[in-house]
Amino acid sequence: MSDATAPEPPGANRPFAKRMMRKLQDNWRSVIIAIPFFWLLFFFLAPFFIVAKISLAELAIASPPFTKMVEWTDSGIMTIRIVFDNFTYIFEDSLYFDTYVNSLKISVTSTIICLLFGYPVAYAIVRSGPVAKPILLFLIILPFWTSFLLRVYAWMGLLADQGTINNLLIALGIIDEPIRMLYTEFAVFVGVVYTYMPFMILPLYANMEKLDGSLNEAAADLGSRPTNTFFKVTLPLTIPGIVAGCLLVFIPATGEYVIPDLLGGGNVNMIGRVLFNEFSRNSDWPVAAAVAIVLLFLLVLPIMVFQYYQGKASEAD
Amino acid sequence: MAVVPPAGAAALAPNSLQTIVRHGLNGTQTVSDTPWLDQDGQKPLVQIKGVSKKYGDVTAVDNVDLDIYSGELFCLLGGSGCGKSTLLRMLAGFETLNTGQILIDGVDMADVPAYERPTNMMFQSYALFPHMSVEKNIAFGLQQDRVPKNDITDRVHDILKLVELEKFKKRKPQQLSGGQRQRVALARALVKQPKLLLLDEPLAALDKKLRKQTQFELANIQEQVGVTFIVVTHDQEEAMTLSSRMAVMDAGRFQQIGTPTEIYEFPTSRFVADFIGSANIFEGRVSEDGADHITVQTDAVEIFIDHGQSLSVGSRIWVGLRPEKIRIIKSDDAASGLNQISGKVDDIGYLGETSIYKVELPNGQIIDITAPNQSRPMDREQRITWEDKVMLSWDPSSAMLLSS
Repeated sequence: MSDATAPEPPGANRPFAKRMMRKLQDNWRSVIIAIPFFWLLFFFLAPFFIVAKISLAELAIASPPFTKMVEWTDSGIMTIRIVFDNFTYIFEDSLYFDTYVNSLKISVTSTIICLLFGYPVAYAIVRSGPVAKPILLFLIILPFWTSFLLRVYAWMGLLADQGTINNLLIALGIIDEPIRMLYTEFAVFVGVVYTYMPFMILPLYANMEKLDGSLNEAAADLGSRPTNTFFKVTLPLTIPGIVAGCLLVFIPATGEYVIPDLLGGGNVNMIGRVLFNEFSRNSDWPVAAAVAIVLLFLLVLPIMVFQYYQGKASEAD
Repeated sequence: MAVVPPAGAAALAPNSLQTIVRHGLNGTQTVSDTPWLDQDGQKPLVQIKGVSKKYGDVTAVDNVDLDIYSGELFCLLGGSGCGKSTLLRMLAGFETLNTGQILIDGVDMADVPAYERPTNMMFQSYALFPHMSVEKNIAFGLQQDRVPKNDITDRVHDILKLVELEKFKKRKPQQLSGGQRQRVALARALVKQPKLLLLDEPLAALDKKLRKQTQFELANIQEQVGVTFIVVTHDQEEAMTLSSRMAVMDAGRFQQIGTPTEIYEFPTSRFVADFIGSANIFEGRVSEDGADHITVQTDAVEIFIDHGQSLSVGSRIWVGLRPEKIRIIKSDDAASGLNQISGKVDDIGYLGETSIYKVELPNGQIIDITAPNQSRPMDREQRITWEDKVMLSWDPSSAMLLSS
């Protein structure tokens, strides 16, 4: 601060500050909404556009390793380079298409398995007594207290040829030689189902817990047998929970990297692994970015379905 | 030693022998007004025999017996936790019995699951299916019975007409008001034309004004359809208005069973006398046992009762006096004779239509008297006020003998 600028009298700022405070108070709703808005802007939308930009560039020996989108020549002419080669490449090379299909196959199957196992578990927890309920819920959440990576490594120890399960089966005389489980699709299924099961159970539990138990009694009273009651009353009323649980499993499972890499080895290709390989091993950022963009659009669809159902559910309340 | 209502009490029930023709949903049927009296070899619709239910150490229902006849509107009245809801749920098949037997229309219900019982229930929470429209909620029960589609449409239409909800049939339950939901719940339970309709606190969720209105509506609907109703309630006024007969329950047992008039005018215990309305209770001993009367000597006053039954002289007994059955006049005279007592006004509660006087008796006991405010008290001399000496008196028929 130079001497020329006279220090402002301390009170001078006050009317302005006061006015700003007043404005903030009047528009507190906007202020509160602004926080997540800017969060999403900086940490989701901006990175998204950066990735989108990279996906439209070409591989180059440079740092970062892709061509610039906008360049100024010495004569002051601006050139914009947009290349769709990366996308056409993804669709031409069957590796990518097959990997997407394989990812979707694994995530959809895992989601269905999680639903089939998780639904009765959630139902049983809701129906359990006041002592058992918090304990059972605690057990569902308990795995989160250990590092995800550690739990996947533990599964490697369990599933390996000389692992716990094979050793146990051999010791019991059920099998003579180890069953190959690790580095197969089966191991990936085990890992994905195990990891994402709580994400299925918890929303289902939250949904079922809200259901009025007397609805089941009312159905029985009106002459409905238990199985009929389940399909006519319980199941339709738990659809919001099913949708939420399925999306919470399906979306992260599709892009899963760690599980197919550690438990699937080189034998199970999922899109997360391809993305990682392109990005770090091949250093082909543009193709990696294109893979990510396509994945995003694959996943946006179910999110929109989810939003639609949520809107419908809140409308009904 | 049990005090039973004297024979005269039954005569208080109106039209005890009269049977009237009613037009119900099922066409014309003949239903007695007092089916529990004109049994004529008729079997009770519901027979509850020695039924008990325990939850751990807590006995919810303790060895109760009860017969309910076809066409009755029977109320189970009691405070919370008295076992009335448990009994209702056992009838519906949602609770198992520890001991005893429940027969509906002569059939033992022990091995009959809820979905096969000839009963329908109206739940306190209404338990309407939130994902179904009013129409579908009502049709649900008929669909379970595989009723042909056209019949379902007709019957749903008829019942919606009865409860005046035709305009709302496409709505979802959450788009209805509390009163409308209550009527949907009733319609859904009634549409199957059950032998027995069980109603768990049917009016509890309504506000006071709507409740009063609905009480009469419910009784009218019961008369129209001729279905036997068992209503569980904690509201004594509701039980009195609705029921043809009622049972007062406490601690898992029936304290008394009878018509509302019997229960109010001839309670047999202090609990019932105090639970239904209010009562001033005097403890005393039988001092005289005449042919058509009984005299009880209490601390405060000697009470002459002209409807008493035989009790041995000297036995301990309680006498109840309803606040509205005591006359109160301003007087300095000392009490002379039976059923008369002097006292001093301790407090007055002015309620508009009536006033409550709290009068201190010579022995220090304070009793309640209610008196209608028939004229405006213009005359200061006439008006009863604090610290006034008053004379209380009552008819020989007014006092109630309470055995426990």
